[in-house]
Amino acid sequence: MRKILIALAASVSIASSAQAQTPNTLLNVSYDIARELYAAINVEFAKQWKAKTGQDVTINQSHNGSTRQARAILEGLEADVVTFNQVPDVQVLHDKGKLIPADWQKRLPNNSSPYYSLPAFLVRAGNPKNIKDWDDLVKPGVQVIFPNPKTSGNAKYTYLAAYAFAKSKYDSAEKADEFVKKLFGNVPVFDTGGRAATTTFVERQTGDVLITFEAETNGIRDIAGADKYQVIVPSQSLLAEFPVAVIDKFADKHGTQALAKAYLEFLYTPDGQTILAKQYNRVNDKTVAEKFKDKFPAVKLVTIEKEFGGWDKVNAEHLNPGAKLDQLFGGANR
Amino acid sequence: MRRRVIPGFGLALGTTVLYLGAIVLLPLCALLLKASGIGLTQLGEILSSPRTLAAIKLTVSMAFAATIFNAIYGLLLAWVLARYSFPGKRILDALVDVPFALPTAVAGLALTALFAKNGWFGAPLDKIGITVAYTPLGIALAMAFTSIPFVVRTVQPVIEDLGSEVEEAGRSLGASDVQILWKIIFPAIFPAFLAGCSLSFARSLGEFGAVIFIAGNQPMKTEIVALLTFIRLEEYNYEAAAAIAAVMLVMAFIMLVITNAVQVWHLRYVGRGEV
Amino acid sequence: MSIASERDSEQADWMHHPVGGGIVTRRIVLWTVLVLTALFLVAPLVLIVTSGFSLGVGVFLRNLTEPATVHAIFLTLLTALVVVPINILFGLAAAWTVTKFDFRGRTLLIALIELPYSISPIVAGVAYLFVYGSQGLLGPLLDYLDIKVMFALPAIFLASLFVTAPFVARELIPLMQVQGTDEEEAAVTLGAGGFTTFWRVTLPNVKWAVVYGAILCNARVMGEFGAVSVVSGNIRGQTTTLPLQIELLYQDYNVVGAFAAATVLTAVALVTILIKVTLERYSEVPQSGIGH
Repeated sequence: MRKILIALAASVSIASSAQAQTPNTLLNVSYDIARELYAAINVEFAKQWKAKTGQDVTINQSHNGSTRQARAILEGLEADVVTFNQVPDVQVLHDKGKLIPADWQKRLPNNSSPYYSLPAFLVRAGNPKNIKDWDDLVKPGVQVIFPNPKTSGNAKYTYLAAYAFAKSKYDSAEKADEFVKKLFGNVPVFDTGGRAATTTFVERQTGDVLITFEAETNGIRDIAGADKYQVIVPSQSLLAEFPVAVIDKFADKHGTQALAKAYLEFLYTPDGQTILAKQYNRVNDKTVAEKFKDKFPAVKLVTIEKEFGGWDKVNAEHLNPGAKLDQLFGGANR
Repeated sequence: MRRRVIPGFGLALGTTVLYLGAIVLLPLCALLLKASGIGLTQLGEILSSPRTLAAIKLTVSMAFAATIFNAIYGLLLAWVLARYSFPGKRILDALVDVPFALPTAVAGLALTALFAKNGWFGAPLDKIGITVAYTPLGIALAMAFTSIPFVVRTVQPVIEDLGSEVEEAGRSLGASDVQILWKIIFPAIFPAFLAGCSLSFARSLGEFGAVIFIAGNQPMKTEIVALLTFIRLEEYNYEAAAAIAAVMLVMAFIMLVITNAVQVWHLRYVGRGEV
Repeated sequence: MSIASERDSEQADWMHHPVGGGIVTRRIVLWTVLVLTALFLVAPLVLIVTSGFSLGVGVFLRNLTEPATVHAIFLTLLTALVVVPINILFGLAAAWTVTKFDFRGRTLLIALIELPYSISPIVAGVAYLFVYGSQGLLGPLLDYLDIKVMFALPAIFLASLFVTAPFVARELIPLMQVQGTDEEEAAVTLGAGGFTTFWRVTLPNVKWAVVYGAILCNARVMGEFGAVSVVSGNIRGQTTTLPLQIELLYQDYNVVGAFAAATVLTAVALVTILIKVTLERYSEVPQSGIGH
């Protein structure tokens, strides 16, 4: 028994030393498909930080469906910063965990969202099913791939964008419900995060169209080649914000406040915005946006605020357990 | 109660109980506590929601399908290993343990790659209109893969131990092969066979790693109970997650009791029918 | 104790007219089994290895020497190093308790020892969340003491301990049951103490079963996915074990890298089986399935 206790004690001490956060280590907990983006951002930021302060920094990344990530943080995953893809996943860190102040969105420009994107389509070369817009997705025999809207912020936008499109096209809530139900019916597999859905589409060659952020659709086309995939931006889509926040409770605990703040501010600098735009994220910096404007086709974007009356309303009407999403997505929740 | 001659009972029992308490019982109690804290009406609502019921139904029926496949294939495999000698028999015998030794996630990844539309088996199957990946069939396949050794390893020793006398006695009385098989051999191996099948079924019910890659995870269609627990957790719906996990726990416990009962019966049977 | 060669000669004695021994039946049954096995058990192994090496040995090695993958291998080994010895001790204590003594509640205790074996790893992970998570039973206390369990190594160890708790005990209990208590009682009567008896009498009788259980436990620890994925937090290069790293690489578009890592785990599995076969041939370990 003593052996067991000693072994346990030893393992705990090894563990805590491995987990010990020094003031020059950051944990950035992020959404699923931001892997390549932050890999690039981190290198550039570390370089500039070293030039400015002489300090080496290590930035650790954790990627998964953003709702899943938010829950892990509430369960005790000690993130210094979060870089998510929807406001509710950050808001919940205040509402349920009191880890950040209520006015977190006011701390950085554009409601703390350094870039934006939209749900777009990726189809196979030559677009064999001739998919141009949302209403092509509900035709019989079209297989659509996007992740599970209950665990992925990415897919929540897809659901809301489809709903907004149907509502404006048919001008009736019943018709919109029916449209979204049909869309769900055409999805053969729901993965928990955006990247798993991409893998299903690309590696497993399953489905005719992948719906994910514009940045991801372009990224796949660049990696796999324009002879294999084609990006389709629909006539109308939904503006997706990417809110970022320093998680005060943990940053204070680790003594990383200053570093974490500088890290997020870097995203707003011309250098940061350039990396973002290069990876097909739409940015607000006028000069950078102008420079890369050829990458971004014009599209009519509706917003959560104007179209749905804000996140609180969206949650109550659509996303909360038992609300519309659950009713359309396979059985009542409760 | 026998008088204990051997010392060390207190220490051994203490260690065992303490460890089980800290590692196994504490988390399970926390889970049941969480599930019991939600009140019976709500518990009933969670468990009777169409989605939960569909997931339970899918998991149980696919586990059953996997067990049927394993029963037939496993019996044949055990038979071949016990009664035939042929080159490479040792290798075949060792291969039976692959699903146990191979990490389930690796198995899931490999099976998905094999049976996806662009996979070695998926492509030809797709041509004749059979889809395996992301359908209930794929779930059953993954379950069957991870639990096949149970049937083989419980039945194999019993077939090996079947004496030839019984068989020859039957033959001398003029019984045909089919009669011997049906009247003599099968009854002798049946308890072990049943024990193996129930183990295989229990394992299939709880399998996650292998299934998750190949299941379609579609609510009401291809969502297994373990995944639904996972998803309820992601939705901050802790009560529902705890309730569903508790149901799985109870199912596992019931299966354990049944399996143990079958094994006790099997041991008795073996003891009684000793040749 | 039935060694293959002995079995063969035994079989030969009554192979005059065995049921299913007819040449036609035999062929049909044998080939059915061989073909099914090739498709069902061999194909996945071949696929993993060929995919891992699909871009050549250089790429395979480069994938395995990636810092994140190296760390995952290290973490997996560390977990095995912590978990396997603890579960060997537990297995010995548990088997000793239920086979050398008769007491009320013995059957219940055996059932409890076996319980983790039939519980879905997901349930185990979720259950641990309800104990050590911030909102769990001990969450506030751990926060106050500033001890990190969830999303850190302790959680990975604990989940692995849970999942593999019965492995050594399962191998020992049937064997020690058969061996009975006579030898120990004799030793004690001759004046040996408890530990001497255990060390000199019991352990030599079951040493191979312990080794065998430990190997199975090790294979399972290294491959555990479900429970660990719930409790690890998936921090790259920090809390990703090898199975989680495989999933991660796979979704980083590095399919070949994922299969390279999977090849390592497959090799561990094959070595496990090899040791098992060897043990069965040269020791008292009964012919049985892994984990059964």
